[in-house]
Amino acid sequence: MMKTLSATFERFGGVMLLPVALALIAFLLIGRPSTWVTLTVAGLAMGMMIFLMASGLSLIFGLMDVLNFGHSAFVSFGAFIAASVLAFLGAWVSGGSAVLNIAALMAAIAAATAFGALAGWAFERVIVKPVYKDHLRQILITMGALIVADEIILTLWGGAPIPVPRPAVLTGSIVVGDVSIEIYRIFAFLLGLCVYVAMHFALNRTRIGLLVRAGVENREMVEALGFRIDRLFIAVFMAGSALAAMGGAMWAGYQSLITTAIGAEMMILVFIVVIIGGLGSIEGSLLGAILVGLMANYVAFLFPKMSLASNMILMMAILLWRPFGLKPAVKG
Amino acid sequence: MREAILRLDDVHTDIAQYHVLHGVSLDVPEGGVHVLLGRNGAGKTTSLRTIMGLWRARKGAIVLRHRDITALPTPDIARLGVAFVPENMGIFGGLTVEENMRLAAEGGRFDDERLQRIFALFPAMEKFWQSQAHALSGGQKQMLAISRAIVEKRDLILIDEPTKGLAPAIIRAMIDAFREIAKETTILLVEQNFHFARALGETVAVIDDGRIVHRGTMAALAADEALQNQFLSLSMEAH
Ligand SMILES: Nc1ncnc2c1ncn2[C@@H]1O[C@H](COP(=O)(O)OP(=O)(O)OP(=O)(O)O)[C@@H](O)[C@H]1O
Ligand SMILES: [Mg+2]
Repeated sequence: MMKTLSATFERFGGVMLLPVALALIAFLLIGRPSTWVTLTVAGLAMGMMIFLMASGLSLIFGLMDVLNFGHSAFVSFGAFIAASVLAFLGAWVSGGSAVLNIAALMAAIAAATAFGALAGWAFERVIVKPVYKDHLRQILITMGALIVADEIILTLWGGAPIPVPRPAVLTGSIVVGDVSIEIYRIFAFLLGLCVYVAMHFALNRTRIGLLVRAGVENREMVEALGFRIDRLFIAVFMAGSALAAMGGAMWAGYQSLITTAIGAEMMILVFIVVIIGGLGSIEGSLLGAILVGLMANYVAFLFPKMSLASNMILMMAILLWRPFGLKPAVKG
Repeated sequence: MREAILRLDDVHTDIAQYHVLHGVSLDVPEGGVHVLLGRNGAGKTTSLRTIMGLWRARKGAIVLRHRDITALPTPDIARLGVAFVPENMGIFGGLTVEENMRLAAEGGRFDDERLQRIFALFPAMEKFWQSQAHALSGGQKQMLAISRAIVEKRDLILIDEPTKGLAPAIIRAMIDAFREIAKETTILLVEQNFHFARALGETVAVIDDGRIVHRGTMAALAADEALQNQFLSLSMEAH
C-alpha cells in the first residue's frame, strides 16, 4: 500500500509536486483568488531571487565540501553596489525612456555580478584555499571574513538605510480584473528562470558541467581521470559568488530600501533552501527556494507572526522525511 | 628481464598518524598483467593510492618510465597515461554510462573503433549506454569502471580487486577481458582471489604488513604449494 502510494507519487512528479500542494492548501486557506494570485506571484519571485543566492552555495559545498559562511557577504555587496549604480544613473532610472530604464538596471546587475565574480576569486584564493578539508576552520575563517565584509560595507555606505530607486518601467502593477501583479516581481521571476535554464544547460550539456557533476559525486576520481579539480572549483566559486551578488542586486531592487542586515536576513533563508533542496544539486535549490518563497508569502499573509518560523518548521518536517533533502546530488 | 614501466623504491606511506607502508619496493615489467597479492589490511590499496598520488609517500621514490612521479599531483600522473580503477570502482552514479566514459575520453570525444572493441568485451555497456550508472548491477559497474580505464590507450592500469563480490561466471568473463586488455597495456592488479590472479598474472608480488615479502613469477608461485601456504592467507585459498 505504502509502496504503490509512493510509486504513484513519483510518477506524478514526486517532490516537484510539493510547491503545487502548498499552493493548493494556501488557496483553500486564503479563500480570495485575487489575493492568492498576488501572494503566489510574490512567492515565486522571492523564490527565484533566493535561488540565485542559494544555488552557488549548494554547488560550492557539493563540489568541495567547503562550508562558506561568508556567502552572504556577496549578497550584501551585490545589493549595495546595485543601489549605488542605480543612484548614479538616476536620470536613466527615472526617465521616460524604457530602454534607458532597463539599461540602468542591467548596468546595476552587471556591476554587482562582476564584482561578485572577482571578489569570489580573491575570497577563494586567500581565505578558502588554505582551509580545504577542514570544516571547523572553514566556519571560523569564513565567518570572520563575513564580519570584515560587513564592516567594509558599513564604512563605505554608512549605517543608515539606503533607498534603491526602481526603474520607471518596472514600477507599478499589471491589473487583470481584480488581480494586481507587481511588474518587478514578474521581472525577477523571469530573470531567475533564465539563470536556472542557463545553469541547467551549462551543467548538463557542457564538458565543464559534466566535470562539476562528476566532482560533486567523487572529487578524487575526477582527479584520477586527469582533471585539476582545484581549478574547476575556483570557477564554480566565482560563479556561485557572482550569482549571490546578482541575487542581492535583484533583492535590493525588490525591497527599495536596504540596510546592512540584508545579507544576514537572506542567509537564514538561503541555508534553509540549501538544506531542504539537498546539497550539490541546482534542481534541489530551485525546488527549495520556491517552497521557501511561497511559504514566506502565504504565511506572512495568513499568520504574520509565523513567517520565519514557518520556514524553519518546513525545513524540519522535510528533514524528518528526507534526511538528505528533497533532491540531493547522488554521492558515490 | 624486460624493462620496468613502474618502479617503487622503499616507499613509506603514512595515513593520518599510522605508518602503513614500511618500505615497499616493486618492479612492474612493461606489458602483461602483474599481480600484487596480500591479505586484508596488508597495504595493497594503500600502495595503489600512493602510486596514483592520492596518498603521499613520505619517503622513497616512485618512478614511471624514468620519470620520478613521487610528488606529482594526481591529475598529472593520470595524464602521463596511468588509469586507476579503485576498490569501490569510483563510478559516478548520477551520470550515464556514456558520461562516465566520456570523462575519460581525450577532449570528450570517443574513438569509435576503441568503443566498438569495448562493447565487444562488455556488451552491457552498449545496452545501458544511456542509463544512469547507479542503476547498474555490481558486476556491470565493475565493467564500466574497467571500460572507462581503457577508453583511451593507457600505459599502465592500476586495478584494485575487480573480482570482489562477483559471480564465478562474471569472473570468467573478466579473465578473458583482461587478457585482451593486457595485449596493449600493462596492468598492475591487486587481488585476493588467487584463482583469478593465477589465471592472469605473469609476475607476482606478495605484500604483508606494508612490506613486499615475496617477488617472482606467477608460474613459480602457482607450482609451489608450500610457498602459497607461507604467503597467502586463508581468505585467498577459500576461493
Ligand atoms: N583512511 C585510513 N585511516 C587509517 N588507517 C587506514 C586507512 N586506510 C587504510 N588504513 C590502514 O592501512 C592498512 C592497509 O590498508 P589497505 O587498505 O591498503 O589494505 P588492503 O591490503 O587494501 O586490504 P583489503 O584487502 O582489505 O582491501 C590497514 O591496516 C588499514 O587499517
Ligand atoms: Mg584494499
